[in-house]
Amino acid sequence: MKSRTVLLVLAALVLLGGSLGYVVHARQRDGGPQLVAANDSFTLDQPGLYYRDNATGRVARSPGGEPGGPSCARFYAANDHALCLRALPGTPARTQAVVYDRRFTELRSVIVPGIPNRARVSPSGQVLSWTTFAVGDSYAADRFSTRTSILDLRTGYLIKSVEEIPLTIGGTRYHAADVNYWGVNFAADDNRFYATVSTAGRTHLVEGDLKAWSARTLRENVECPSLSPDGTRIAFKKKVSADPAAPWRLHVLDLADLHEHPLAETRSVDDQAAWLDDATLAYALPARAGKATDVWATPADGTGTPRLLLPGASSPVALPPPRRPDTPPARRTGPGRWAAPPR
Amino acid sequence: MMYLATTGRRPDAPPHPAGVGRRVPGTVVALGAVSLVTDVSSEMVTAVLPLYLVLGLGLSPLQFGFLDGLFNGATALVRLLGGRLADRGSGRHRTVAGAGYLLSALSRLGLLMAGGAAGGIAAALAADRLGKGVRTAPRDAMITLSAPPETLGRAFGVHRAMDTTGALLGPLVAFVVLWATADAYDAVFVVSFATGLLGVVVLGLFVPADPSAPPPRAASTRPVPSALPAAGPNAAPGPTGTAARSTADPAFRRVVAAAALLGTATVGDSFLYLLLQRGLDLSAALFPLLPLGAAACYLLLAVPAGRIADRAGRRIPFLLGHGALLAAYLTLLAPPSLPTAVLILVLLGVFYAATDGVLMALAAPALPAAGRASGLAVLQTGQALARLVGAAGFGAAWTWWGPRPALVAATLALATALTAAWRILPGRKARR
Repeated sequence: MKSRTVLLVLAALVLLGGSLGYVVHARQRDGGPQLVAANDSFTLDQPGLYYRDNATGRVARSPGGEPGGPSCARFYAANDHALCLRALPGTPARTQAVVYDRRFTELRSVIVPGIPNRARVSPSGQVLSWTTFAVGDSYAADRFSTRTSILDLRTGYLIKSVEEIPLTIGGTRYHAADVNYWGVNFAADDNRFYATVSTAGRTHLVEGDLKAWSARTLRENVECPSLSPDGTRIAFKKKVSADPAAPWRLHVLDLADLHEHPLAETRSVDDQAAWLDDATLAYALPARAGKATDVWATPADGTGTPRLLLPGASSPVALPPPRRPDTPPARRTGPGRWAAPPR
Repeated sequence: MMYLATTGRRPDAPPHPAGVGRRVPGTVVALGAVSLVTDVSSEMVTAVLPLYLVLGLGLSPLQFGFLDGLFNGATALVRLLGGRLADRGSGRHRTVAGAGYLLSALSRLGLLMAGGAAGGIAAALAADRLGKGVRTAPRDAMITLSAPPETLGRAFGVHRAMDTTGALLGPLVAFVVLWATADAYDAVFVVSFATGLLGVVVLGLFVPADPSAPPPRAASTRPVPSALPAAGPNAAPGPTGTAARSTADPAFRRVVAAAALLGTATVGDSFLYLLLQRGLDLSAALFPLLPLGAAACYLLLAVPAGRIADRAGRRIPFLLGHGALLAAYLTLLAPPSLPTAVLILVLLGVFYAATDGVLMALAAPALPAAGRASGLAVLQTGQALARLVGAAGFGAAWTWWGPRPALVAATLALATALTAAWRILPGRKARR
């Protein structure tokens, strides 16, 4: 009995001491909190391609120098507002969604449970939506779920979860415990929106109406929809393979006739693609190194070949020069400046 | 450690039949400590794994869901295997269980070394599940072999209370480590590995290789036809049962049938919490408090429920526990309010306290010592599969009819299953 106790105490000392040593080591290695605010000089005023720099975790601009934006896990911006999702340290996982103005002054901050997943801002900059990947603790959850919120800056009203929206599938009202929405993005009228709903193991493209507070499905097997700037097409990930390592392929759906075509990108893309202009899509792909991602671009009409746009980046979003209040937004048609290989 | 020392001898302990010690056997407390430490280790990884995979490594939620669900089905079969292996010979229980604990602990190193490789992560998770599946039945068999049959309820109560304590502490430890290191997931894995290893050390040092040896009257090798507390000392030990024969006992079969039947009428906790959350319009930040509340009740009530089971016969609390679940469903049908929510969580805690360990105590006396691990494995697997069916059925009912009619249907199903189980379970009132 004595020797057993001594052995146990020894083992506990060695194991707990080793643990403590590793924790101290990890603390010194990684330093303190890694969330930083934007530099004073960093604004949304300059046109360019904004993205998250994976090395620093901060938002950066191309062309432009050092990443000077805030720390974000996901980033998106349109017109006068930027949306930044960051993971708060600790567990259970929480996400802070921060709304910034053009000068990266914080306008609103919302904390929701879950891990940052998708962020979008309506073309006017007035309606924002984000999705977190919520994981219940081991007692409650037997599978993952997503939680999608919508924030209307015109009224300040926050819809914490769109899950309760009356949903119609194939013309009939649908109820289920397992409905999950993700990847909401808004049309130019700040009212109509597109998203993915998943239920009973299937994903659907859903068209929603914010004012009427209703949603109906348009089509099956559509994830992470992304509406083109001209509002005629939707880029999305389509599940094309049962292989869990490479399930998706990017497609573009024409909303007029609901015809779809695959893009030239054959690798499996797990991202909500972003339209750089009406002819070009950008998306993140895992980099060869494993952990990080690179941003690639490919023509939206399915032609051409994908090209590497930004190494070590994610969350791409193209911002045009700020427009004066009295001029209508410029309509860009045809191959835009992102379509051609650089220089 | 104060907790361990005081659990076994409460001053208000009722008088026991002559010859029954007041203390829970040291082996049971040691196994409880192993479970506590191991649960701290595993729950801290469970708490951070999604964060690590999705944020740290950039895996998609779907990929995570795939990794997570991949091995759940296999666990049931591995559990049967663990029971079989443990019954191969005396002293095998500790070896098999220890291998399971060790494998789970080592899987943390696998996570650490896998880096971003999905294959490596999948292998590490598979090793963890394999370890968990293998160890459960031998561990429960060791509890039944080391405690006198008439105090099995209390023994399981103590074990489950310690187990749940560990499960509650794990996420807390993970939180502290992440907070101290600014989200260094590798530090969580290292601490989890060390904690898991400590569990193996406790098992090796404080759990005898042959738990039935020290108290000679502890192990019942004779199949007891009734699930009520076994009467006197048992017959001479002998290699009576292979696993196949051990599960052939009619009393045991009745227990399995009742547990499976009730399992299919069980809704699945996640649905209950979801209904509660919707009814109360509870903020998502408070949502994790629901299972925590139920677990806390379970923790507090496990030992008292076990004691009642030992005195009144295990059949009674097992059935009444499901009665508490039925009451929880009925309460959920009432207009939602904070008091009803608290009541539902308490009822859920009562349900677990009165059924989980008690079921093992109910079944064990009907199993020969030589076939106990495999028998318990069959019972646990049967119950787990039945609950899967029940949860799937409720999900389908929700989809077709909506949440409220589904809950009404579940209530009726549980009432029916409870009535049937009342008749199925052996238990003439053979009380003193």
